[in-house]
Amino acid sequence: MRVETRRGTPAEARAALFFLAPGLFVIVFFFLLPIAASFLLSVTDFDLYALADPSNARVTGVSNYRALLSDPVFLTALKNTLVFVLLGSPLTVIVALSAALLVNARLARAKGFFRTTFFAPVVTTLVAVAVVFRYVYHPRFGLLNRGLTLIGLPAVDWLGDPRFALLAIVLLAVWKNFGFSTILFVAGLQGIPESLYEAARLDGAGGWQQFRRITLPLLAPTMLLVGLTRTIDYFQLFAEPYVMTSGGPLNSTLTMALLMYKEGFRFWNMGRGAAIAFVLFGVILVATLIQFRLQKGGET
Amino acid sequence: MRRGVKRLAAPFAVNALLVLGAALTLAPLVWMVSASVMPTGEASSFPPGFIPSRITFEHYRDLFQRLSLGRAFGSSLLLASSVTFCSVILNSMAGYAFAKLRFPGRERLFRLLLLGMVIPVQIAMLPLFLLMRSLGLVNTYLGVVLPSAAGIFGIFLVRQFARSIPDELLDAARVDGASEWLIYRRLVLPLLKPVLVTLGVFMFLGTWNDFLWPLVVLTDDTKYTLPVALANLVGEHAQDTELMMAGSVLTVLPVLLLFLGLQRAYIEGITAGGLKE
Repeated sequence: MRVETRRGTPAEARAALFFLAPGLFVIVFFFLLPIAASFLLSVTDFDLYALADPSNARVTGVSNYRALLSDPVFLTALKNTLVFVLLGSPLTVIVALSAALLVNARLARAKGFFRTTFFAPVVTTLVAVAVVFRYVYHPRFGLLNRGLTLIGLPAVDWLGDPRFALLAIVLLAVWKNFGFSTILFVAGLQGIPESLYEAARLDGAGGWQQFRRITLPLLAPTMLLVGLTRTIDYFQLFAEPYVMTSGGPLNSTLTMALLMYKEGFRFWNMGRGAAIAFVLFGVILVATLIQFRLQKGGET
Repeated sequence: MRRGVKRLAAPFAVNALLVLGAALTLAPLVWMVSASVMPTGEASSFPPGFIPSRITFEHYRDLFQRLSLGRAFGSSLLLASSVTFCSVILNSMAGYAFAKLRFPGRERLFRLLLLGMVIPVQIAMLPLFLLMRSLGLVNTYLGVVLPSAAGIFGIFLVRQFARSIPDELLDAARVDGASEWLIYRRLVLPLLKPVLVTLGVFMFLGTWNDFLWPLVVLTDDTKYTLPVALANLVGEHAQDTELMMAGSVLTVLPVLLLFLGLQRAYIEGITAGGLKE
């Protein structure tokens, strides 16, 4: 039975308006309104001349979008962004889940220390660690190649070789972000009742079977959350290529967000930049829906 | 005998893997600190090493005296503090209202707001710049602070926490004749303190680390924040490895220390914000 919630007095509603107004004003005026405006901008040819005098901008319909779809540079950025997300998200999930399983293992010592350590990169400043990784990736003086050659692997020109530059940024992203997902996974793991594992052991299930039949299915909500936060975040990849490669070599690390920035704020092609932003938004929405669908499919 | 080995092997494997993971995680950060105190040129020598031949703070002196990164440090500190202050107040007011004040359409409005949480901020950036330009706020600190002064995530975080405040407490205060503002100020704010600490840490770190918006809206290098100044510095001093590492330490260290001091609040915030509902 549900207890009847009392209705608020008009005075209470007035108070609510007073408490909500400043926050909602900021959100509407500086976030929701610009998003709507962004769509309007994307169907105009707003450029440097319009910046001087807005009456120079004309409505051009879908021509920005059509131009993008036949622009090889944009298609490269789209492809790079997708590759980055498709490589980075699963890799982050795997590393994060492995770390969470280790930290959460009964045999593990000093759990607090390891959890804090794994989380440390998350709070660091992206631009600063991107600068650091520029040097870690240095073909001759960098730590990574030093480590690789020590274990007998060949050195790689990480940021100078178009085949490896995007991969190098993926590795940085995994290093920077896995700790965040590890925290979520640890919380999820701690929510699984120990009695389930005991029952499985009594039935003779081994470690892998327990992981497959108990841990993974019960982590599904956490998995969805981690997957969503990772993909939405990774689709917006900007600072790493900006600082480390400027999108090169040969546009191999040019992402949609970086292209939007260049078109919008370097060349002042704001209509075109807004169109890129909206395609990015569309792609993110589709990716979100796909993940919800996959989650549902996994349940039935 | 084999059992004994097995009993020792499992704990060893788990902890060895943890140590390896921690070493890989910390290596870039440790190298950053160590290279920042190496004499010029030493970080770009073969083979690369972790231990400075002698410790020098000349690169830090350079940053402050010659390259005026001290000013960028001040900008970052001012902006992060301002955003933290504003967002704690505005989000706590709105979050409390959504949780506890009864008014028509409350749930619908809140659900509508939540939808906006999935929209990436980058989408709004170009028109936001034009808006700031027409308000004369380009290249001002206010232009950086205003868009972050309240946010959907912050309101959501506070609302989740504020729902546990008992209605009887608020009603009793109303019967005693306290105004709604007094109730919020004297009764609700102290009760919200834990979640406001979490929100404060989130906002401080987020603003300190933010790059794209300050890069766009701050056009004058005397106003640059640390990340923008640092990205700018890479362009001119990329060869100066030790100097760049000192700049990175200066940027990363404050937030890392803040996190270490308040990590409980921060991590609880993530699991609470992420897993409930």
